[in-house]
Amino acid sequence: METRTILHSDLNNFYASVECMLEPALRDKAVAVCGKAEERHGIVLAKNDAAKRCGVTTGETIWEAKQKCPGLVIVEPHYREYIKYSQYVRRIYNDYSDQIEAYGMDENWIDVTASKRLFGDGSKIANEIRERVKFELGLTVSIGVSYNKIFAKLGSDMKKPDAVTCITQENYREKVWGLPVCDMLGVGRAASLELNRYGIRTIGELAHCNDALLACKFGVNGARMKRFANGEDNSKVMPRDYHVPIKSIGNGITFLSDLHSNDEVWAMILALSDKVTSRLREAHKKARGVSLTVKCCDLAYKEWQGTLEYPTQSMGDVAHRCFALFMQNYPWVKPVRALTVRAIRLVDDTIGEQLSIFRDIEYIERNEKIDQTVDEIRRRFGWNALQSAATLKLDKLPQNEDEIDLTMPTGMLLFA
Amino acid sequence: MARKVYVRVNADFYPDGEVRPRVITWIDGHRYEIARILQCIRAASTKVGGCGIRYTVSIDGKQSYLFREDDRWFVEGKT
Repeated sequence: METRTILHSDLNNFYASVECMLEPALRDKAVAVCGKAEERHGIVLAKNDAAKRCGVTTGETIWEAKQKCPGLVIVEPHYREYIKYSQYVRRIYNDYSDQIEAYGMDENWIDVTASKRLFGDGSKIANEIRERVKFELGLTVSIGVSYNKIFAKLGSDMKKPDAVTCITQENYREKVWGLPVCDMLGVGRAASLELNRYGIRTIGELAHCNDALLACKFGVNGARMKRFANGEDNSKVMPRDYHVPIKSIGNGITFLSDLHSNDEVWAMILALSDKVTSRLREAHKKARGVSLTVKCCDLAYKEWQGTLEYPTQSMGDVAHRCFALFMQNYPWVKPVRALTVRAIRLVDDTIGEQLSIFRDIEYIERNEKIDQTVDEIRRRFGWNALQSAATLKLDKLPQNEDEIDLTMPTGMLLFA
Repeated sequence: MARKVYVRVNADFYPDGEVRPRVITWIDGHRYEIARILQCIRAASTKVGGCGIRYTVSIDGKQSYLFREDDRWFVEGKT
């Protein structure tokens, strides 16, 4: 079988680079893209190289970042632009392959095995893509070229910005095995700490690790991590028109100020369930379970899951189950800062379901009709044309006039 | 220092999808006839930011860039 040629292309400091590209006056300054402080999202989402050199890190608060870098320019995120440029970059990849798999908004795997006769070897294609992205879009990419997705991803992290790194079957031992084990995709923070406890600190050490130890500590994941470390990843790059099946639909909000009562929590759960079930109906899915995540004012959070009596896409069913979870589990020691409602264990809404003599079918059908009517009114007059009365008097919901629906795959698909 | 100036453009749209700008109307209303289109490629504007289809055009014997950014046109104006 022919050795595959896979590229992993990573847009450098994506959000910050788009901001600097659109506003040339920012280019020589330290720039950080941060969420809105007044909506309590005031953390660094991305930064450019100048800010990085000052020690600014993603996830820290604006005031921490400004302490490290007093001249730091803070800009608000413009997600529509990021989506637009992400699509423009994918359009360039499209010229080289039809197997393009997204990994977040700014990273993609591209399988160019079948394109080599047309465009040259992997390194040549990678350099051509790198040059085109810079010339046509004013952005830079780092590209890893390898024979599997794991090493291609490692390659794109090695040299930044605006660079190409090749990891071959001949040189991977020198290039990869000396790297810390946490650098490899598939080894999370917890697994990395556990491996370190057993003296496994590098990818090379993982590659030679005892099978029994890995199986005992990590189960099937242990064997998979070892295969990855040895370059034995056969997962394919999915076709560009492949849509990842929806596994859950969720919506979360950080409130403008903390919630202190059950009434407030109920109203917020109602508002979130409204969004979630509307999206369920749009996707023609029903949920068999819900999950509720509660974040306290000290940023500690807890998640609970519950089963629904029957598959549903009704706001009332989801909201009542989530509120019941909240009442059963939340001790009210601290005020609530953020809530997330998720519909889980989804099934198609066309699928037949088991009837029960205890279920009030008329009630369910009436609710379905109400939901359909609400959807139709909102389609014609906008989302805010109808809202539940409980949420109207609340002033703790952020105003998302420019809200966008964004779903980006953030996991690697493991189809061989 | 250059600035991004969005301008009105009269263009010909051909059946095969090709678009050829003919006249640029500056913000003060002055009309500039495009004598020739020298090049048409996708490119970023390094001077004023943004990107699109970049037309290198010849106007009164001078070369200039005209960008088509989605449905709008801009030039790199001098400040």
